[in-house]
Amino acid sequence: MRVGLFVPCYIDAFEPEVGISTLELLERFGCEVDYPFDQTCCGQPMTNTGCHAEAAATEALFVKNFAPYDYIVAPSGSCVHQVREHLTAVDQTEEVRAVRARTFELTEFLHDVLKVDAFPWAEFPHKVGIHYNCNSLRGIGLAQASEPNKPFYSKPLELLKKVRGIEFVQPSRWDECCGFGGTFCVFEPGVSAKMGYDKVSDHAKAGADYIVSADSSCLMHQKGCAERIGLPLRFIHIARILNGARQ
Amino acid sequence: MSGPPDSHTVIGGPREPQPRGAKVRPGWPIDQSEAADRFIAAPRHLQNHDTRLWTLRQNRDRIAHGIEEWEELRELASQIKEHTLAHLDHYLEMFEANAKANGIHVHWAADAAEHNRIVHQILDEHGARSLIKSKSMLTEECAMRPYLEGFGIEVIETDLGERIQQLDDEDPSHVVVPAVHKLRADVAEVFSKTIGTDPNNDDVHYLAEQQRETTRPLILQADAGMTGCNFAIAETGTFVVCTNEGNADLSANVPPLHIASIGIEKLIPRIEHLGVFVRLLSRSALGTPITQYTSHFRAPREGGEMHVVLVDNGRSERLGMDEFWTSLKCIRCGACMNTCPVYRRSGGLSYGATYSGPIGIILDPTFNRTKYSALPFSSSLNGSCSNVCPVKINIHEQIFAWRRVMAETHEIPLMKQAMMKAAGELLSSPALYRAAVSGADAALRTLPKFIVYNRLNTWTRAREMPKAPDHTFHDWWKANREKTEVQP
Amino acid sequence: MSARDAILERIRSHRPSGEHPLPESPDFTRPSGDVQARFVERLERMGGEVLPPDGSGDMLAPLRTRLAAAGRVCSAAPEIEGNVDLDAIARPHDLADVDISVARAAFGVAETGSVLFTEAELRVNAMAYLAQHLVVLVDPADIVESTQHAYRSPLFHQARYVACHSGPSATADIEGVLIHGAQGVRSLTVVFVPRSDASLR
Repeated sequence: MRVGLFVPCYIDAFEPEVGISTLELLERFGCEVDYPFDQTCCGQPMTNTGCHAEAAATEALFVKNFAPYDYIVAPSGSCVHQVREHLTAVDQTEEVRAVRARTFELTEFLHDVLKVDAFPWAEFPHKVGIHYNCNSLRGIGLAQASEPNKPFYSKPLELLKKVRGIEFVQPSRWDECCGFGGTFCVFEPGVSAKMGYDKVSDHAKAGADYIVSADSSCLMHQKGCAERIGLPLRFIHIARILNGARQ
Repeated sequence: MSGPPDSHTVIGGPREPQPRGAKVRPGWPIDQSEAADRFIAAPRHLQNHDTRLWTLRQNRDRIAHGIEEWEELRELASQIKEHTLAHLDHYLEMFEANAKANGIHVHWAADAAEHNRIVHQILDEHGARSLIKSKSMLTEECAMRPYLEGFGIEVIETDLGERIQQLDDEDPSHVVVPAVHKLRADVAEVFSKTIGTDPNNDDVHYLAEQQRETTRPLILQADAGMTGCNFAIAETGTFVVCTNEGNADLSANVPPLHIASIGIEKLIPRIEHLGVFVRLLSRSALGTPITQYTSHFRAPREGGEMHVVLVDNGRSERLGMDEFWTSLKCIRCGACMNTCPVYRRSGGLSYGATYSGPIGIILDPTFNRTKYSALPFSSSLNGSCSNVCPVKINIHEQIFAWRRVMAETHEIPLMKQAMMKAAGELLSSPALYRAAVSGADAALRTLPKFIVYNRLNTWTRAREMPKAPDHTFHDWWKANREKTEVQP
Repeated sequence: MSARDAILERIRSHRPSGEHPLPESPDFTRPSGDVQARFVERLERMGGEVLPPDGSGDMLAPLRTRLAAAGRVCSAAPEIEGNVDLDAIARPHDLADVDISVARAAFGVAETGSVLFTEAELRVNAMAYLAQHLVVLVDPADIVESTQHAYRSPLFHQARYVACHSGPSATADIEGVLIHGAQGVRSLTVVFVPRSDASLR
């Protein structure tokens, strides 16, 4: 199974450890992982702002980079949502459609495709609150959101339950948006920050030591918010816990 | 419905002035963000607003999750509405024929101005100088009140929240709870200045009772009554009005003349379909099984006269918009507002429009594209609105689509578009991109620049900056893995 | 072209593509067992009350006691005689000072604790809104299970006016504080009384 690893731009620049953990995890489960060297971005900043035409060249580059692989895996539900649902500025050739259909978020890939049942190396002796990126939650179905009358499930939670020593806490508004929202966080900074303060405060009130998520973008925003209002929370990407990080 | 905690006991101190809505500058887009910042700067109002609406959302969840067929009902409601909209000419003609046969006078208004003219004409023909009315978003949309007042006709809102807003000369901030953005002290101030209540008494029961007592004589003296319409039934010519206060029934049953303003999208085919929509409406809106009053008007009462005005005002144009026509399914329950994390923290008046919140974002640009061109960006696109919508409008996807339309029609700021053009060029060129995020100069990798190429450093206004590590993943791969890649 | 024709013309030229068939609406009603008990539970949740019998065997005795203490009483139900003659009412306004109105419900709905009236039950529609309090006579045999069942009633095709009341007038428009009697009646009280021959429709 040849896997093309997509390391989203902000993980590349700010959290290289998340990329490394993702790579190592996939290799632990026998995937042949390649990192297409000319990769940049999925086009989300532009399409999120309505500028689809401006995203076309970036989308074309994404497809060119990842067309050769059986699967494309990224440690970011938000980017995967962009590829699957919104990579439409380029002509929808067979190649484009194939790349879009074969792109997976890391936890759903582990849960649905590799069907992983154990992480023997993983131990995380802390209280964690799970944060779901909205595109991951309501866009690609990483978990069941609270609004519909449908039974709850959560792929990240299923995986984290296999980690030794981990404890879970539940904030009261567990699936409310944290206010990152892509370009929303800079175009509507006041509301975005207030949403972030409320989100991290809710986790702190629930007793979380760590907020864990499958999306680094939300975590970066929340970390910045927690530091600003002086909450001693820590933030970690799920890939690092599953790959054995202890803190 | 349980009330939120008493705001006066939550945060002490002197009275906090009520934040006002968006500033309107002719020719300029509404700046929702600016108004939202002022709302956030009023912590008591913000807390009351967020808590109350979140309570409604939780009540909605509790009651919806107690109904096994909830998701099936939503799907049915969606299909019935889409069917009706796809055959709207047929159902409107059927409604008209049946209503006329029942003795109702039926009028058609192409736009807001025609609606207002028709209403005025009906009133004029009856020598009516005062009109009591129940809440109607359509008459707000048509700006009917100031129009009639221009002819010296007294218009009295009878819904408590709407009455508060009328007396404060402010638009409703929410389609179901029009004064949800106000604290009791704000209401006490408005009432003391307008209906003569004790300015130092902000007891909610006192305020509500004073309003009842001062409105009652106006109801009794009114020459005409007006209601909106929640559902219009083609097969019987009936229109249905749902309220909690009973004020629509007073408006309809006390004066001899009843006028109802009906948006043409309110049609549904048959009485039996009310069994779907009535079950969804109040459960979605307030988390109650039904509104206190659900009133079905099929014919004028003995000795009374009944008129309906069927209003288009842009709806038939919207019907032709491929990506946006399903917004006409909306039954005005407000669930999308209650759940929206941006709306709850901004207040409805920050949208500067008749319709606020997620549904407002997708309706308002059909009325004035330039004025409401920035609204689609007042959303984090989290999708909760679409999930609570009882008629399954893909609200957040339409917000996303409106952003594209705004960019394509050059309704977004030039700077924003230029930033995106630069970002697109950078991100489609591996060489340029690598130079920009070069590991040698981590200081260049500041996040706001990074994600939007933004010259204004709005990120650090409210958040700490992430610290860039000394190498990128790309560098790490190059150092640790690249060699093994190229070996056979 | 008239506004009517222009609107219909625009609708025809803007018809959405696709089939959009009208779906069948299944009956979701599940029998709740004791329909009357469910009705009472929902009625009380909506802010309504039930006036219980006093054990005398006369189901109207507690109501008569209450009405005897009231001022102006207006009744549209043959079982109860008020002191305001509905036949003598020239305009609805004449009901403005009524304390208690009494009417029999055409039927009730267990799912929502609702009672329904047409102009036949109310005689003067405004009586159910201008009074301070509303008392509703309900025959337990007249309670249907669900909202969906309610809409099968032929009354919706025959009556000029069908009003479905679920508890009294209510508002929470100021800081979410629940208040009964915003504009209409301050209370809605149900008395279970089978229809007498006189009140049979």
